[in-house]
Amino acid sequence: MGEISTLHYLVVAAALFIIGVIGVLTRRNVVIILMSIELILNAVNLNLVAFSRLYNLQGQVFSIFIMADAAAEAAVGLGIIIAFFRNKETVNMDEVDLLKW
Amino acid sequence: MNWFVAHFAEIVFYVLAACTLAGAVGVIGFRNPVSAALSLLGTFLSVAGLFILMHAEFLAAVQILVYAGGIMVLFLFVIMLVNIEQAELEERFNKQWHVATLAAVVLGGLLFLVFRRGHNIFPTTVQQFPESTNSQNVGLLLYQNYMMPFEIASLLLLVAIVGAVVMAKKRI
Repeated sequence: MGEISTLHYLVVAAALFIIGVIGVLTRRNVVIILMSIELILNAVNLNLVAFSRLYNLQGQVFSIFIMADAAAEAAVGLGIIIAFFRNKETVNMDEVDLLKW
Repeated sequence: MNWFVAHFAEIVFYVLAACTLAGAVGVIGFRNPVSAALSLLGTFLSVAGLFILMHAEFLAAVQILVYAGGIMVLFLFVIMLVNIEQAELEERFNKQWHVATLAAVVLGGLLFLVFRRGHNIFPTTVQQFPESTNSQNVGLLLYQNYMMPFEIASLLLLVAIVGAVVMAKKRI
């Protein structure tokens, strides 16, 4: 085993990103789709901090803003889920089709 | 034993990376949403460990506080409010999972191509930041250079709070 370089962290971040994308596109439960979005944001954070090691601390500052944004987005998304569940009694993504043709 | 001590950083990295990816696969794989939420918690803690390994201690602490302490609790509360018995009986994957997996594999191929072509664009020497002052330096950056995005982020959180409360109320 050699030195853990930036590429190792980038590969982990890329794998996490792809797993998050699969989760967003394939799962039916809306709550799990939101969790997969959090996986994608974590992968981006890993990427930013891995590159910030090579330059200066700006990557970590950007990562902090992404975390604050992820918290806000999770709160609003879960509020939407609660409001939707109150009307339709389901958390299935396939049944969110009121605007379909 | 000597080999173990000499390669400790690599062993820790591989263990944390395996925990991260195992937690991620658990999130998209479990049928029960609570199991998926706990798996996501494992992923968050492993990513915090990876941040510590990259000498970003402030970010690791913020990750645990915000993600593991805030967002996970939010998810678990919403799973509690939403009925999960029928969610356990339903199908896990939706109607478009063939195309979706194909698109994800294509994305994986694209990322692999990017890694192959561009791995010598970036500098290879890692900066040696003093570890004891990571929080101080990040705080100085936040309050001096990035004061404007900091204030905007606080406004964003206020808007999110008001929006989430209004949307989850029964009568506005």
